Amino acid sequence: MIGRHKDKVVGSIAEALAPLKDGMTILVGGFGLSGNPEALIKGVVERGVRDLTLVSNNAGNLGKGLATWLEAGIIKRVICSYIGGNEALHKAMGSGAVTVEMTPQGTLAERMRAGGAGIPAFFTPTGVGTVVEEGKETKEIDGKRYILEHAIKGDVALVRAQKADRFGNLRFWRTARNFNPVAATAAKLAIVECDQLVPNGVIDPDDVHLSGIFVHKIVHVPEHENAFEFRTVRKREEAR
Amino acid sequence: MPFSTEDMVRRAAREIPEGSIVNLGIGIPTQVADHLPEGHAWLHSENGLMGTGPFPFEGDEDPNLINAGKQTVTVLPGGSTFDSAQSFAMIRGGHVDLAILGAMQVSAGGDLANWAVPGGKVMGIGGAMDLAAGARRVIAIMQHVTKKGEHKLVQVCDYPLTATRVVSLVITELGVFEPTGHGFRIVELAPGVTREVVDAQTGAPLTV
Repeated sequence: MIGRHKDKVVGSIAEALAPLKDGMTILVGGFGLSGNPEALIKGVVERGVRDLTLVSNNAGNLGKGLATWLEAGIIKRVICSYIGGNEALHKAMGSGAVTVEMTPQGTLAERMRAGGAGIPAFFTPTGVGTVVEEGKETKEIDGKRYILEHAIKGDVALVRAQKADRFGNLRFWRTARNFNPVAATAAKLAIVECDQLVPNGVIDPDDVHLSGIFVHKIVHVPEHENAFEFRTVRKREEAR
Repeated sequence: MPFSTEDMVRRAAREIPEGSIVNLGIGIPTQVADHLPEGHAWLHSENGLMGTGPFPFEGDEDPNLINAGKQTVTVLPGGSTFDSAQSFAMIRGGHVDLAILGAMQVSAGGDLANWAVPGGKVMGIGGAMDLAAGARRVIAIMQHVTKKGEHKLVQVCDYPLTATRVVSLVITELGVFEPTGHGFRIVELAPGVTREVVDAQTGAPLTV
């Protein structure tokens, strides 16, 4: 894989997803329906790969986003932190079509961070004394008990960025950042869909959120649906 | 008369020191924000936001600016955004002063159960375990008993645990209670709520 940091921008979603194979582990950015790489998610269903392991905080919701993978039956295993009202996941779990590994949200993020940072496992206080501890190694350090959690690495990461340059330096928008950077770092192949594609140098080096060292393919997708999960507003006169 | 939900969230707001970093759980705890004076405390949302502001004005809502409950919010001047790993480093690293969370059961020893009902639909863990284990102080807001009248302040939780020995204060419609290890100390009772009523509805010994 040496020498792949050139010509990262590809012309289509299909071209970006061409390397996907059955049985791969795919890490996908997004929190709920926010900051999801919507075009890549749709492209994976069209690509026709199956038996995937999906690592995602929510695995979609309201039948949208990654819920479409569940409905298409292309996932065999999900590592996530929250199901909530995601009926597609409840259904896939209930029928036995999909096995779910539930992991606390911060542990999920840190497992991917560790995966990308060359840390095979780490001790965390989260989940001590709960079902999360079951079957895991524990250790007392300075009088407090910790659980050993293992890193997550993916074959592919699907990432959504607001802005990318041609080297793959990324900026994110507001809370759409969420799991996107850690997912990118933890995968052998990180594919980014960006709202804006700019020449190198336009993003000041000090303003880069994620270095292009972690990015391998870039697709420019200017139009996004940006679904609302809960649209909560106040009326103008309610200003406080 | 027992506390209303608004009384409970108002009471919880009084526990927030000026200049502190606070994470409000999904649901009723989120309403605590409505009772904080402007600039009093900074609200952290675990999906990657510091300085969470009120809901946006109609027309200004952005699906990519949300709180942990996936509601559209705003960000206050001085606020910041970051990724999930850093957000939980803030929580786990002890940088969040206070978490105010909903609860299903709290034990006399301060154990918290708030993510799963035995035999119920699995909703997931989300950020609950990280917040409970990582925040420097945890306050629970909940109804005193279940809809079926079962105790929620108990000697030992029989719901799946979120974290052990973390809850420092429980606010219910009947009053404010502090887990002591052996039972609960009554910090205050809601107006008109008698000791007899609260004794009958609590699954562990009460002290004053």
